Amino acid sequence: MKILNPRTLLSILVLCCSSAFAQELKVPQTAVDGDGVNIGTTGSGSATLYITGPGTALKRELRRGDTISLTGDEIAYAGRYTAVLKSGSETTAQNFYVVAGKPAKLNFMARPSRVPVAQPNVISGVVFVLDRDDNLVTAPTPVNFQLGVNGSAAASHPVTSKNGVAWIKAASGKQEGAAQFTASIGDVSAKRVVQQVASDPCNLRMKAQPAGSSIEVQTEPIKDCSGNPVPDGTIVTFSETAGAHGRSTVDARVKHGIARATLPANPGATLSVASGVVLGNEIRWGGGQ
Amino acid sequence: MKLGAIVMIVILLLLMGAGTVQQATKHANTNTPEAALRSFLDQVRAKHWDEAYSMTQPGAGVDKDAFVKDLGGNNGSLKTISSLQNENTKILRQSSNDADIRAELQWSTAVGALHETRDFKMVNDDGEWRVAWPAAPKSQAVAKALPTTYLRWDVVQRGSAKDEWGVQNVEPPRMRIISMNAIENQGDVVILGEVVNEDTVPGFVAINAILLDKDGNSIAEESSFDKISHTLLPKEISPFRIDFPNRKLAEIKSVRISPTNILVPAAADPVVGVMNQRIEKDQDGKSILRGDLVVQGGQTVNIPHVLATFYDRTGKVIWVSDGYVDRALLPQQAVPFTVNLRDDLAGQVQNYRITVNYYNSNRS
Repeated sequence: MKILNPRTLLSILVLCCSSAFAQELKVPQTAVDGDGVNIGTTGSGSATLYITGPGTALKRELRRGDTISLTGDEIAYAGRYTAVLKSGSETTAQNFYVVAGKPAKLNFMARPSRVPVAQPNVISGVVFVLDRDDNLVTAPTPVNFQLGVNGSAAASHPVTSKNGVAWIKAASGKQEGAAQFTASIGDVSAKRVVQQVASDPCNLRMKAQPAGSSIEVQTEPIKDCSGNPVPDGTIVTFSETAGAHGRSTVDARVKHGIARATLPANPGATLSVASGVVLGNEIRWGGGQ
Repeated sequence: MKLGAIVMIVILLLLMGAGTVQQATKHANTNTPEAALRSFLDQVRAKHWDEAYSMTQPGAGVDKDAFVKDLGGNNGSLKTISSLQNENTKILRQSSNDADIRAELQWSTAVGALHETRDFKMVNDDGEWRVAWPAAPKSQAVAKALPTTYLRWDVVQRGSAKDEWGVQNVEPPRMRIISMNAIENQGDVVILGEVVNEDTVPGFVAINAILLDKDGNSIAEESSFDKISHTLLPKEISPFRIDFPNRKLAEIKSVRISPTNILVPAAADPVVGVMNQRIEKDQDGKSILRGDLVVQGGQTVNIPHVLATFYDRTGKVIWVSDGYVDRALLPQQAVPFTVNLRDDLAGQVQNYRITVNYYNSNRS
């Protein structure tokens, strides 16, 4: 029988031991956030397990052969983790990944906060899909956007998220008011309010009547082309052009839906009305309209 | 004994001094109408209203209070916070009994010099010339109740950083520059234009302009300062003018305009009508735009500020002019105003638009 020389024997032992350590740490390839993870070890004797990952550093004393359970809270951040087992002077390491859990939260950014009615592509909504520990859920997820003013049917816009983000550009509705802009995934939702306001006045019309030595001009209720009353405070300009008497103008404010002003009564004067870039009707004072 | 003598001497000196002052007041030069008017204006400059009033010959219904209000302003008007700086007088007509003198008065105010042309009638009162002071024209307005709604906007901001991510405060109003024009005038570069508040809430707007040379470097930066109506209600349009002194258009490649707009509290009242607007020539033959300001509601405007925008036949803004009115606007009472128009542009002006800005002592 041939006896191995000591040098060869030592080499075989080192190989055996190395092989034994490689088998010593058992970690899953991936774990889901919130579910926790079990890390198994083999062998015997005491050892120390170190876990490092995004925002995480853990240390556990154990007996080789034990299985260590890490809770969902201990590995709350998605990303790459490294488990290192140190026993005496020997160490071994394994990597595993924690991926985001199911959607539990939506970060929803809606712009603008105030928008005229009946305008195409004026409202933008962006949603970041997050799990319960604020990890971005990168898996494609259907997100439902809804936009509607109280009392009217909400328009629905389903979008599938891409790399954790879903977004839409939507038109404003025809009805003014506080529009509820909602993004939802299942029973998880986030809500923002977009104030839909009246657009430019439409069919601006006024009437005039004598008031002593003056003319009192008054608009009909001022509405936009969708029938929404323009907000109080909107400027309406009444003008009178009266030859030698020159021109008179009053920048009146809409109050309770109408604007009124007093102008000098000059026979033959032409009265006109405008708001912003919108022109209304003309009246010839002392003649026919 | 010695102390008594000293006291007597001091009292004597004081009495002599007082007598000299009184003598000086009494002997203000009133030998000629022009000298009398100058003496009168010296007292006005010093705001010695008693002395100034004593140099007048008040008309019917004029008392000292009415005189002071007429000359020194009232109701928080610009005149009340101004002082006479200079005057130039010119005799228009003179006889042995009376004289007409035109005075170009320059008042210094917080918003710059205020020029006033005033015709004074001087009367010879037993060898002393006095300023005939007629009663100020009374308003023809009939007292009546005027509705004032006090429509106003207040801004309520969200509180703390604890708010949910993605939520926001109310956005600033949408302002848009709807026209802009760069011209050269008397060695200055002037940027003119108009800005509109397209939103449904009021906003404060300021326009800044940066002149860039051919290499894209900034060579000057200015703002519209008071040549703009800063607070714009929904759909309100304001002109703006930015002056760059001692610049030439040839050295400018481009202009960078940056409007700053923020949401501010504002009130819809008062409404100021601009009546009987017309372009005329003044007594010196210069082109002016004049008219009357009338508050339509029941509030008082302390310091009105008139902004005039002039357009050529293509509708382009060719000049923006402004002027402060030194009288306060009382409800329903017409107050005349004038705004200068450049004579070289008078022929090109096809249209104009007047807006009224105002400063009130209780404005918030």
